[in-house]
Order: sequence, then structure tokens, then C-alpha cells
Amino acid sequence: MKTKVLAIDDSRTIRNLLAATLEEAGFEYHCAVDGREGVTMYPDVAPDVVITDINMPNLDGFGVIQELRGDEIDSKVPILVLTTESAPEMKARARDAGATGWITKPFDDQSLIFALKRVTGAAA
Amino acid sequence: MQSQAEAKYMDQEVKHTQQSEFVSFTVAGQAFCLKITQIREIRRWAPVTILPHAPSDVLGVMNLRGAVIPIYDLAARFGLQQTEASERNVVIVVAVHGKPVGLLAESVSEIISINPEEIQETPPVDSRSTMEYIQGIISHHETMVRIINLDAVISAPEQVL
Amino acid sequence: MSGSIQDTFFEECQELLEAMDEGLTAVEGGDHDPEVVNAVFRAVHSIKGGAGAFGLDELVAFAHKFETVFDEVRSNKLSLDPKLIQLLLRCSDHLSDLVAVARDGGSTNEEHHDVLIASLAEYLGDEEEEELTFAPMGLGGPSVDLPLDDESEKTYEIRFRPLKEMFGTGNEPFFLFQTLAGLGELKVSLDESELPGFDAMDMAESYLAWDLTVTTTEPRSQIEAVFEFVEGLCELSIGSDTDEEDDAAAIAALDAAFASPGDAPETETPAPFEAPAPAVETPVVESKPAEKAETSQAETTKKEQRGPKPTLRVELERVDRLINAVGELIINHSMLAQQIANLNVPDMRDVETELEGFKNLARDIQEGVMSIRAQPVKPLFQRMARIVREASSATGKTCKLVNEGENTEVDKTVIERLSDPLTHILRNAVDHGIEKPEDREAAGKPKHGEIRLSASHRSGSVCIEVKDDGAGVNRPRVKQIAIEKGLIPENAELTDAEIDNILFMPGFSTAKEVSNLSGRGVGMDVVKNAVTGLGGRINVSSNPGKGSTFTIILPLTLAVMDGMVVSVAGQTMVVPITSIVETMRGSDDMINSLGADGTLLSIRGHFVPICDVGAALGLARPDDQPPGVYLLVETETGQRSALAVDDIHDQRQVVIKSLDGVCGNVPGVAAATILGDGKIAMIMDPESIISAGGGAGFDLERSMNNAVAS
Repeated sequence: MKTKVLAIDDSRTIRNLLAATLEEAGFEYHCAVDGREGVTMYPDVAPDVVITDINMPNLDGFGVIQELRGDEIDSKVPILVLTTESAPEMKARARDAGATGWITKPFDDQSLIFALKRVTGAAA
Repeated sequence: MQSQAEAKYMDQEVKHTQQSEFVSFTVAGQAFCLKITQIREIRRWAPVTILPHAPSDVLGVMNLRGAVIPIYDLAARFGLQQTEASERNVVIVVAVHGKPVGLLAESVSEIISINPEEIQETPPVDSRSTMEYIQGIISHHETMVRIINLDAVISAPEQVL
Repeated sequence: MSGSIQDTFFEECQELLEAMDEGLTAVEGGDHDPEVVNAVFRAVHSIKGGAGAFGLDELVAFAHKFETVFDEVRSNKLSLDPKLIQLLLRCSDHLSDLVAVARDGGSTNEEHHDVLIASLAEYLGDEEEEELTFAPMGLGGPSVDLPLDDESEKTYEIRFRPLKEMFGTGNEPFFLFQTLAGLGELKVSLDESELPGFDAMDMAESYLAWDLTVTTTEPRSQIEAVFEFVEGLCELSIGSDTDEEDDAAAIAALDAAFASPGDAPETETPAPFEAPAPAVETPVVESKPAEKAETSQAETTKKEQRGPKPTLRVELERVDRLINAVGELIINHSMLAQQIANLNVPDMRDVETELEGFKNLARDIQEGVMSIRAQPVKPLFQRMARIVREASSATGKTCKLVNEGENTEVDKTVIERLSDPLTHILRNAVDHGIEKPEDREAAGKPKHGEIRLSASHRSGSVCIEVKDDGAGVNRPRVKQIAIEKGLIPENAELTDAEIDNILFMPGFSTAKEVSNLSGRGVGMDVVKNAVTGLGGRINVSSNPGKGSTFTIILPLTLAVMDGMVVSVAGQTMVVPITSIVETMRGSDDMINSLGADGTLLSIRGHFVPICDVGAALGLARPDDQPPGVYLLVETETGQRSALAVDDIHDQRQVVIKSLDGVCGNVPGVAAATILGDGKIAMIMDPESIISAGGGAGFDLERSMNNAVAS
């Protein structure tokens, strides 16, 4: 079975880049255009891993993590945060919120796949 | 795949530059020609719609599959006697600056293949416009065929802004 | 392949730039709502993120500075004073230039660039000196590749004991081991010595530890990278059989990295992007958040999120192909109708009913397709803010552009082709309309000039208005110039409205207008031509001391209009129905001579000047028969004229074919169309025919001589 990825990013460019890389690598790709849509889609998609942007309208990345980890959904799904900030504070903050790991933008295929492997064990 | 197709295309381009095909036709009794690649199609003459206030060498506009294209009288353009438009005449549709334009000629003669070295420079004549309009000349079966410099004959349509 | 994603990026940039402009305009207008500031920040941030993916370094660097300043605003470390807002506006203009350069090539003004960077840096102080590097970094600092040349296998001894904090993050030891196993040969042994008895076990606590042995050719950094996400969430030690050498090398590498953080060695060379992009090549269905409600409602609806309106992104070319096909369908209907009429079948009612149905269907399809092309004028209007800004700073005036009716939808082509004329009108308004601040104060007006740009739908047309609160048209001066330039006779008696509209006459443009501001030295006549080219009309009205208003009326759709088919001197022509007040057959007793060659038509006691269309268009009448049918038309200035034509055939919908690119501007002709018999007919522009035909007392002969191209 393919590993299911739910990508949440308000940038069409980034979504297209993710889609291209992930589908090429054999992942099943789903996407949402903002945090709210991502959280809404989560139960239906039931992804194996979530990749989320931080800065988004209608619920930002931290909000997404909070809701997914919150009592209502209470998910243990690995969550990777997409960030342009390479600063340690940002990562610490994401982790405190419950993120599993991070992907620094701009990403290349290898580092993206490597990050996914570390949190899902899957290369695809 | 792509690069192969590309290479093939390049090959064709090379061949084209080695030997070119020209379409010759008559305008006011004189022989002219255009590179075959410049010509989109040749149509029989049909009455055109007059464009008000147009200069005498602009005959009007015609409908080319839903597009409005201007028709020029080449003879008038070259300062020769205006062509009496009749059903025997032809309209040579060419693209100038990416836009289709029709050129009225008396009749189309034939397709001739020419090596670049056969093209002679236009000998200096008094008329400056002739020098501009004619890009070179070819001798073909003892007749002189004039190569038209399309860009000089039909300048770009005026932009509105 | 990445090309298509790059196209997406530039498309998206355009949207983001518009969103940014919108936000900044709101900020400029005093709306400092955190959500507005956030939206601008996000737009700049997304541009940066996308630009990074394509290695557009200059764009990334500038967006980063810009974004950082905005982040300070967002976190209330900087306050939005007018000076900062002006800087942000200039930066947004520059960012949009940088995007254009990245897309189309060319270069931006470097000096300007540096000035902006410096100004932004002033707001940031010294702390924002870190160089922007995109090398992925671990929690503890930069991670670097160890400069190991040898490919020999090494064995690493790893002790890994998760802390309980790790389990809240979704990290799973098993997956980490699986990743390690991918690097080489892995041996795992579980250490459960700390596991307490069942009763003493705290489910949230972590008791397990693992001892791992990996034999691999991969460098140590790669092993460390596997544990990157759990660093600090576990006890981790990595030892190897070649530890000492590695340490020395690591220290050297780290030293190098820290010595010049700007050129830290890259951890991995990004592979060229080469994956299929199915999402781009097929139309992508995706949701877009519904457009924000009007500002008045914004306050109340902001909190409740409306469901996103599903939208479909389609290549414009596909829509245009459809529009062309529908155009052909309508022409085809006319042809069919004409041929059936020529058959002279005695009872045609059934056929006619069906034909009518065909026509209505075609019209429905056409309207539907046209509405796909309809877009709000908002992006166009937002671009105009920049024009006013630049024009103001070039002339030393202070003006503000207020936009109204931004959500009015207009055909995409109209929007595109309105850009130049609107730019020109706005520059003109700043340059000639708005007075200098000191003059304004002297006249008792606010120092800031105001220009209102509005769009609205008005009975089947779109109305675009540019209204300034400047000095108004200087009528005596305009009249004097027109006389000096020989545009009007010295003794011409003109109404105020007529004088105002002299501005649109070819050859009027004053020398002042060929300034660096108006750029190309074009006059308002060019604006008028552009508007007429769109099948529209333009008019100016002015109130001395109070300001001027330019009104542009455009047809809703570009493709089709209702026209009356007439014949003029042997040519079939079409007159737009909208300009015709009434039609009538003339009789001799209705025609009255006035002076040597003026003729007036008397209609129910009123006299209206007659304009012979054939003569005005320079068409020779084959049979010398005087025209016998009159079309009563009304000009923008409210003046009525009777257009004399030979005959009226019928009234029908015609598909407009622009003459742009076919020939230059033809006086008296707005566009062309294709009739039922496949022939082309000219669509008249009554207004210009009247001015050419002497109906309004002007002589536009000049314009005609150089009107047709080449």
C-alpha cells in the first residue's frame, strides 16, 4: 500500500512541487490549501503523514498541529513542518506544539524523501 | 525523445538553408517570388470589403476563416500599374510580423529551387523604394525573378497605443 | 518539466502581488488590522518560498528583508507610521519589478534596489545581519558534511534512549531504525533493564533504550541526520571505530562553517528537479477562499469562515477557442437564416421557430462563455495606485487614489487593454488636473489631491470613471491651443462640453505632455482610440476649480453586439444599436439647407444636422442617388445628428472582429464583423463619423490622412 501524504500549504507553487516529487516517488498525495481545510480533510484522507506550512490563512501550521494533537482528533500521525526559517527557535516551537520534524524550504527531492522516511519508515 | 526530434528539426533547417524553394508569380507583367516558407496559402480573388480612407494600395479586408485580413495590391505597392482585380487573380496569404496579410498578384507561375549563391544582389537603380522592396534577383529560365523583401513591403500595422 | 511549475509560480506571484497591494492599500488607508498585516506578510513570504525553490536568489533576498520588516510590524516591534508605509509601498512596487525581471529577464534599477535595502535595514537595526542561507540546519547549529575522502566502511556504535517527551511528537524509534538500516548493516539490541515491574509502570514514561550497531560507508553526518528530529528528545551517543580522525575532521569543518556562515558548505547538492507534473498539465480543480466581502460587511463576516468556493483553473487559450467557436456558431446561424430566407418556402413558421431556438441557445452559450472571461477590475485598479504614486512623486504633488467598485467584472481583454489608457488618464490627472499642494491650500482645498477611480455596471455597459478634485480643464487655454494648432477655426463658438472634448482631438496634446512623466508623449487622442477600439466611448466633463471627470463606457462583452445592418454607397455596414435613437425614411420636405452645404433634418419641429456617412467615409456613391434613410444618433455630449445612409436591411447580433493589427485606426470605423454571407462589414463609430462629417463643426481631415498604416 502506498504511503499517504496530506500536504497543507497555501502556495500553489509549493503544492505543485510537493505533488511532483511525491507522486514521482510513489507516495499517495493529497493536499489542502490552508490549515482549516487540512484539518477538515484529515479524517477522510487518514494520511500516514502530514506535511504542513506554517504561515497560512485560516489556521496556521501551529494551529494545525494543535488541532491534530488535540483532544478531539488526538492523532499520533507524524507531522512535518515546512519552514523557510532555519532558526532553531522555529523548530523548537514546532516541536513543542507536537511536530515530528521539519523540512526546510527550499527542499530538494532527496531531503524531502529522507525526512518522510525517518517519520514513516517508508521510502514511498 | 525530445532531443532527437529536435535534432531532426535542426537537420531540416540546415537543408533549407542550403537550397530554398521559392514561389514565383507575376505582378503587372513582372516576375516576382517569395520563399515558400513565407506563404501560408494562395486563394482565388474574391471581392473585398473596402476599408474607408485606405491608401490606394490597400484594397480592403477579407474573411480568412473568421479572421479579418488586409489585402494589398502588390502592383500599386511597387508603383506599377494597379491590378484590375478579377477572378483570374490570386491572393497570396503571407504572415508579416506574425499576422496574416493578403497580397494581390496576377497569377502564380511555379515553384523554383534555388541555391543561395544563385541569388544576385539588386543592381542599384534610382528608385529607393524598389531597392528596399527587392531583396535580390534570380535568373530563372532566362527571365529575371525579383525576390520580395516582405518586411519592407508590408510594414508593421500601427499600434493603437 | 519544472518549467510548468515555474509558470505556476509566476502566476501565483501575480496573485500574491495583488493580495499584497490590496493589503498595503488598506494599511495605507488606516486599516492596521493584524489580519491585513498578516495577509501581506504571507504574500511576501510565499513569494520568497516559491522563489527559493527556483533559485531566484535576488528575489529571495529582497523578499526576505521585506518580510522581516513586516514580521516586526506583525509582532508590534515596529509601528506603521506614514514613513514606513511609504517605504513598504515602494518595496512592494520593487518586489513586483523583481518578479517581472525573474520572469521576463532584464534588470531592475540597482541603485533603487540598494536604497530600498538600506532603508529596510534601518528599520531592522543590527540584529538582522545574519546572512540568508538555505542550508538545512540541525537544532544545535549548522550540520556539515564531514570531508571524508575514503569510501571505507566504518562501524558506529549508537546508544539511543528516548525521553518521554519524544512520544508526543509522533516520532517512532522503529522508523528511525528502518532508516538506519537503509544506510548499511544494522544490528539492534533492546535494553529493557530499566523497565519496572508492571505495577510501577507509568504509561507516559519511557523506559526502553536501544544499542545499535551500523556498518556503513556513509559519513557520520548522515547517521546524525537520521536522529535530527529527535535531537534533544533522547539520550543519544554515537561512537565509531575511527572516532579520533572524525573528530578532527569535524572540528575543522565546523570551524570553516562558522568562520563564514554565508558560504557554509552545502550538505547536499539539490538534484535537478525532474519529476512529472500532472497537476499542472491537466486543469487543476482547487478551492480558493471566497473573496472577502465588501468592506462594510467585512467587520461582521470576518470571523465566520465561509466555505471555500470551488474554482476551476483553465488555460485562457481553451476559453478563447471556445469563444471563437461560439462566434462562428452565431455567424453560422445568420448564414443559415439567410439561406433559408432565400429559399422562398411558402410556410416557414416551423423552421423559423426552430431557428429562433437555435439563436437563443447560441446566445446563452455565448453569454456563459463570456462570463468565464469576466474578471473583477480589482487587480487593474490596484496597479493604478502605483501609477498615481509614481506620478505624484515625479511632479512633487501629493495625491491619493481611491478605488470604488473594484469587484465589477469586465472581460479579461478589456481589462488588459484598459491598462494603458487608464494609466494615461491617471498620469494626466496628476500632471494636469491636481494642483500643487501650495496652490490647493491657497484655493482652500485639502493639501492632498484625491482621484477617484470607479467601475460600475450601467444598463448593459461598463462604466469606468476617473474623477479628480483638481483645477478642472482650463478652457480658455485649451481653446487657444486648439486655435493655434489649427484644430478649430478662430471664430468657433463652442460649448463648454465641446471645449473639454477638444482634449481628445488628434494633434492637441500639449508640449508639456511629452514630459518624462507621460513618457511616450502620446496625447489623449490615443486614449480615445484605445477606448473606441474596444467598442467604447470616452467623455470628459469638468468643473472649473472643482475637478474633471473622465467617463469611459464600454460594452459588457467584446465579442458580440446588436447592430443595424445598413448599406452605404454600395457597402454593407453595421451601426451599433446602442447609439441609435430612432430611424426614419426621409422625404424632401424634411430636408432644409443651411448655408452653402449644411443640411438639417427636421424631426417634429426640431432641426438636426445631417451627416452623409458615405461622404464622411470617403466612399464614392456609384449611382449618385441621395441617401434616403436617416439614423438619428446622439453623441456623448448630448448632441443629436442624423446619419444619412442608403438603406436599412435588418437588425442582428454581430460578432465583433477587431481591426487592431489589421490596419491602423480607421476614422469612422470601430471594428469589423462577418455577415451571414461570409463577407466582412465595417462597424461604424457614429461619433467619429459625425465629427468627420462636419456634424459637430470640427474638421478632422488631418487625422484621416495619416490614419491608415503604412
